[in-house]
Amino acid sequence: MKSSVIIFPGSNCDRDMDVALKKFGFKNQMIWHNDLDFPKSDLVVLPGGFSYGDYLRCGSIAGKSKIINSVIKYAESGGLVLGICNGFQILTETGILPGILQQNKDIEFICKNVHVKINDKSNKYFKNIKKDILELHIAHNEGNYFCSNDDLKSLEDNSQIAIKYCNSKGDCNYNFNPNGALKNIAGIFNKGKNVLGMMPHPERMIDKYLSGEDGSLFFENLIGNLK
Amino acid sequence: MKVKVVVTLKEGVLDPQGKAIQQTLVGLGFSNVDSVRQGKYFEIDVNESDEKKAKIKVEEMCKKLLANLVIENFNIL
Repeated sequence: MKSSVIIFPGSNCDRDMDVALKKFGFKNQMIWHNDLDFPKSDLVVLPGGFSYGDYLRCGSIAGKSKIINSVIKYAESGGLVLGICNGFQILTETGILPGILQQNKDIEFICKNVHVKINDKSNKYFKNIKKDILELHIAHNEGNYFCSNDDLKSLEDNSQIAIKYCNSKGDCNYNFNPNGALKNIAGIFNKGKNVLGMMPHPERMIDKYLSGEDGSLFFENLIGNLK
Repeated sequence: MKVKVVVTLKEGVLDPQGKAIQQTLVGLGFSNVDSVRQGKYFEIDVNESDEKKAKIKVEEMCKKLLANLVIENFNIL
C-alpha cells in the first residue's frame, strides 16, 4: 500500500505520520506543497501542525496551495484522504468537508489524551476495528467544530459523523467535550466516506511504552481494509 | 486604489475572544459593556483605478479567501 504525506510550511506532525504509516506497512512518500501532483497513492494524508503559521484562519492558506487541487481531484474520484488536526482544518477550508474548526471555547490550547467513540464503521477507516472507544491524543487551539444547521442535519442523516468525544465508557455527554465542538464532533467524513478529517492524532498513539496503542489499532485496521 | 474590508463573525457564532475582551472591559470598570464581537480589517491595494472594478475584484477575494462564509460576513467599505 502506498501513501503520500503532504508537507506544508509549518506542518509539524508530518514525520510522526511517516513513522506511523511505515510501521504498519505503508510505503510512504513525503510530498512538498509546491508540487502540482503526488505519485499514485492508496492514501493521502494532510498532517497536523500550523501550516503557514495559521495566518488568516487555520488551514486557509494551505487550502489554496498548489498541491491542493490534486488532493481535491483525488478525493472527488474516491481516493482516501485523511486530515489530522491542521489537516482537518485544511479539508474544511477547501470545502471537501463541511463546517469549520473554530477557536476552543475556553480560549486555551488543549494538549491531552481524550476518548472518542466511533460513530460509523461502514467505511474504510473503521470497518472491522475491534474497539468502539479509542483513547487518542489531541493538541490544538482551534478544534471547536461548527457548521450550519443544514450541514449538521446532512452529516447526521448520512452518518458522516466519524468520531465523537466521550468518556472512557463511551458517554458522549457535553462534560466530556474538551473544546466546545458541536455535538461533541471530533471527526467527520465526506458523503462518500473516503475523506476523513479528525482532530485527534492517531500517529501519537502507536507505542505501548510511550503512549498507548489505540493509534496502532487505527493504522493496522486501515491498512487491513485497503489490502 | 486602496480597498478596505471588514470581516466579522455572523450573528449567533460563538466568539470566545470577543467574550474575553468584554469580560476584561467590565473588569476595568466599563460595567456597561454588554458584548464585544471581534473581527478582521484588511486594506488591499489593488492596481486598478476604477473603483467599481476594484471592489468587484475584492468581493471575489473575500469569497475565495478573506472570509469563511460558514461563520463570517464581509463588508467592503
